[in-house]
Amino acid sequence: MVTADDRGRTGGLPGVLKGLATTARTALRPTHTAEYPDVAPSLPPRSRGVIALLEENCTSCMLCARECPDWCIFIDSHKETIPAPTPGGRERQRNVLDRFAIDFSLCMYCGICVEVCPFDALHWSPQFEYAETDIRDLLHEKERLGAWMPTVPPPPALDERSAEPAEVAAANRPARGTGLVGGGAARPPRTVRPKVVREQPSTPPQDDP
Amino acid sequence: MTLLEATLRAVAALAAFLVLPLLVGQAEHKVMAHMQGRLGPMYAGGFHGWAQLVADGVKFVQKEDITPRAADRWVFRLAPAVALVPYLVALALVPVHPGVAAVDVPGSLVLVLAATSVGALGTLMAGWSSANKYSLIGGLRAAAQLVSYELPIVLALASVALAGGSLSLAVLTERWSPLWLLWQLPGAVVFLVAAVAELQRPPFDMPVADAELVMGAWTEYTGLRFAFFLLSEYAGIVVMSLLFATLWLGGWHGPLPDALGWLWTLLKGFVVALLVIWVRVAWPRLREDQLQRLAWLWLVPLALGQLLLTGVGVVLGW
Repeated sequence: MVTADDRGRTGGLPGVLKGLATTARTALRPTHTAEYPDVAPSLPPRSRGVIALLEENCTSCMLCARECPDWCIFIDSHKETIPAPTPGGRERQRNVLDRFAIDFSLCMYCGICVEVCPFDALHWSPQFEYAETDIRDLLHEKERLGAWMPTVPPPPALDERSAEPAEVAAANRPARGTGLVGGGAARPPRTVRPKVVREQPSTPPQDDP
Repeated sequence: MTLLEATLRAVAALAAFLVLPLLVGQAEHKVMAHMQGRLGPMYAGGFHGWAQLVADGVKFVQKEDITPRAADRWVFRLAPAVALVPYLVALALVPVHPGVAAVDVPGSLVLVLAATSVGALGTLMAGWSSANKYSLIGGLRAAAQLVSYELPIVLALASVALAGGSLSLAVLTERWSPLWLLWQLPGAVVFLVAAVAELQRPPFDMPVADAELVMGAWTEYTGLRFAFFLLSEYAGIVVMSLLFATLWLGGWHGPLPDALGWLWTLLKGFVVALLVIWVRVAWPRLREDQLQRLAWLWLVPLALGQLLLTGVGVVLGW
């Protein structure tokens, strides 16, 4: 039963006609269907598709493997001795990465490894089409992880009037030991902390009445 | 009528029977999808999924044909044919062009009515013989619906027959004049509503209300027999739409030369079929008691009033 109240809410149009009007209007509008395999989806920036590895940057420091909450990163490395560049000099050692693998069947895409890497060897790539029919095939070695590196987008632009990125600030800083008198003193402090000033109480404590 | 001519007419009717329901079905897929903000089938056949229903048919043929052990075997197996064949008969009777119908009989209006009523019997047989409570309730609902909605259809058609002074569809269409659009309007509305109910299409699809009755009388059917029920539903839409187009919208009457009359009939029929689809998308299902209320308190009195109006008009010689 249509009451006067109902009629008021549907704008004077019986609900039956309103239904027809709504469907007709929807039919004339563009559809919402995402034709995924044919049309690539437009992903938001910083989409977490897969973790790509830039092998040259990795020092086998193991920070990512240790921080990983579900231990899905496997790293093998060995040390190599580099002969001294000058006769009589000291030999140096460096880490050589043998194996770097991420098991994406365990990975929960938290991104802690990407955050924690001190040398920017790990990056988020929006690439997500790497499903496998067998769960064991989701363990990807460093060749496959490296192959995703070209799909990593450039970092999104900074917000307007935001602070200078740390890398840029470091590069623009004057080099250490310019040789000028007082040059060292002119260098800004490495970390700027607000100076803690303990204020003395301005008024003496009032006596109890 | 020679044997060759009879064969040709039969083949033509069969071809129309196999093609037109698929056209309507495909239109329903696409129109319903767009009304819901979707695209509908896009792959089968390559271009906008034009072959989707052909692919569905191929799939249905491959399915196993199951007859429940407790079912009334012969009735169960015969029901899809009983639902399907009458619509073939009805479609053969519809005139699409001046003097062109697969079968031209003097009392074609009565024959069409009889055929469409028999078609609904298939649902009843299926519901009764399936040995399934959902099928049974679906069949009973279908029976209740048919009893209620046959009457408005008959009364509405009787009004047109009275106005045209004939029981032949071809003659009635010939005598149609644009004045009928106004004069026979109440009867047209009654027929359209009652036809949608007779076809058990939403918003009158209580016999197959899937939330309550699984698939109503069709619950136990599989494979080709199930496909026949679906085909009969769409064939029913074609028959009812063409009937509406010929009797109330003037069939082949149109502005272009007479040679294009068949195109007008098909076009008008297709527009009516689109309306049936549109109504399905836009409106929710009625409750069982609302269904009976609509039939007996609105459609039957309206149809009787139309009959009265037509009688007055005929006597006064409009």
